[in-house]
Amino acid sequence: MFHNLQELRQSPSLATKVFIQRDYSEGTVCRFQIKFPSELGSRIERTLFEDTVKTLNTYYAEAEKVGGQSYMEGCLACATAYFIFLCMETRYEKVLKKISGYIQEQNEKIYAPRGLLLTDPVERGMRVIEVSVFEDRGSSGSSPSSNVSSGISQR
Amino acid sequence: MNNCEYQQIEPLSLPNPTPPPRPAAVEEEEEKARRKWEVFPGKNRFYCDGRFIVAQQSGVLPLTLGLILVTTVLFFVFDCPFLVKHLTVFIPAIGGVLFVFAVISLLQTSFTDPGILPRATPDEAAYIEKQIDNSGSSTYQPPPRTKEVVINQQVVKLKYCFTCKMFRPPRTSHCSLCDNCVERFDHHCPWVGNCVGKRNYRFFYTFIVSLSFLTAFIFGCVATHLALRAQGGRGLIFALQESPLVICFLSVWSILGLSGFHTYLVASNLTTNEDIKGSWSGKSEAEDTGNPYSYNNILTNCCSVLCGPMPPSLIDRRGFVPVEQSSQTVSMEMVLPMPAAKEIKVVGGPTPSQLPPSRALQVPSSPLPATPLSLTGRPQFSCLF
Repeated sequence: MFHNLQELRQSPSLATKVFIQRDYSEGTVCRFQIKFPSELGSRIERTLFEDTVKTLNTYYAEAEKVGGQSYMEGCLACATAYFIFLCMETRYEKVLKKISGYIQEQNEKIYAPRGLLLTDPVERGMRVIEVSVFEDRGSSGSSPSSNVSSGISQR
Repeated sequence: MNNCEYQQIEPLSLPNPTPPPRPAAVEEEEEKARRKWEVFPGKNRFYCDGRFIVAQQSGVLPLTLGLILVTTVLFFVFDCPFLVKHLTVFIPAIGGVLFVFAVISLLQTSFTDPGILPRATPDEAAYIEKQIDNSGSSTYQPPPRTKEVVINQQVVKLKYCFTCKMFRPPRTSHCSLCDNCVERFDHHCPWVGNCVGKRNYRFFYTFIVSLSFLTAFIFGCVATHLALRAQGGRGLIFALQESPLVICFLSVWSILGLSGFHTYLVASNLTTNEDIKGSWSGKSEAEDTGNPYSYNNILTNCCSVLCGPMPPSLIDRRGFVPVEQSSQTVSMEMVLPMPAAKEIKVVGGPTPSQLPPSRALQVPSSPLPATPLSLTGRPQFSCLF
């Protein structure tokens, strides 16, 4: 059942997609439900998945935190008639980049070996975490080589 | 599946990131790579290759700009010389600063994405439909599509948007003029030619506050000028000189009123939409329905609304449209590695601007279906050509 990213790339056969919805219990801040979806039951350990979502929630909370730094950013932006946004990256954007790197790392280390793939929520309007579930192949026959046809021909 | 698609994939294995021998079909796609704003499903218009976004009808925006410009220019031409001589040189300086602030914040309100939510992808829409169907019964008509969530001990109903195929997040509303769901939707302002929502509310507020100061200032200065001159005049020149006075007199009340109203909204963390609908006034529910989003502290509310973090635009106007395949396969955007695997970016995050030909690196493993779907969830026949 071993997959790696290259194998997924060469012979993708999507079984289904699971969507983790937003959790609005604390208002409009960006937060995702930590509920473990049943469709992933056998593919990944619950704790691993929940840890990923919890870490993502922490990142988003950091991005949207209303505190000293965001006030300064807001006031500076207002004083410069918001032209500062042209040259400066906002804290939110910086955190989004961190999130992107985190998701990539999680995909490489944890999800791809289990035949899953996370999509960055920012690609889906911050509404859902899309988890692509690939067909579980019994064999790890196709080596991660450059010859694709052997991988495709398994279908 | 025929063999030709394998040829399309083979070049990916080459270490050279710009594979020269490509089939003609893929080359055609590359040349016609489109940005997402070109296939945007809402009724917005875009300028400067997607950098600026306005509503479909920006009809009154030129009028707003024209009025402000004309009034201020007349003020500078006719009143400032007199007032500088008799009062102080700061008068045109203050007027200039207020004018610049008002115009810049107006343009920012007009050209900024107000917080448009991209429509649900087909997979997402299907998943939601499945969940709705599962929870309903087939023997009677399913209830209207609403979902209840509890926010800070307050029950809030989320409505399903049939256009965007998703449950609207709290405080989100669908603007029929722009045909988009907008986060923290305040209202659609025809004077500004755009919706006012989460991302541009602070610009809108700055605009109306600076405009109130500007009109009040011009009104005061022109009145002072008249009083100091203490001369009646007639004729066209006199009328022209005093027209800023008239324009400002007529508009200062409504603008001041609007600023006051929005100051109240900011202080209580409400939107115009919620205030008009009376969502939290508790008039009909006979329950304790306060605003669940308010911090119950005027200063905190003001700071969070006006000085909160600026969320990025979710519609990624200038990103390139990926060629999405049918659900049997997956298409992933990847940075072609110099064969080291750690360069692989499988996430498909926000399309970096330095990767215009990234679509060339996708993995179409089946022939292009007749209706390739883009992220906007609509069949994009144009992507085939």
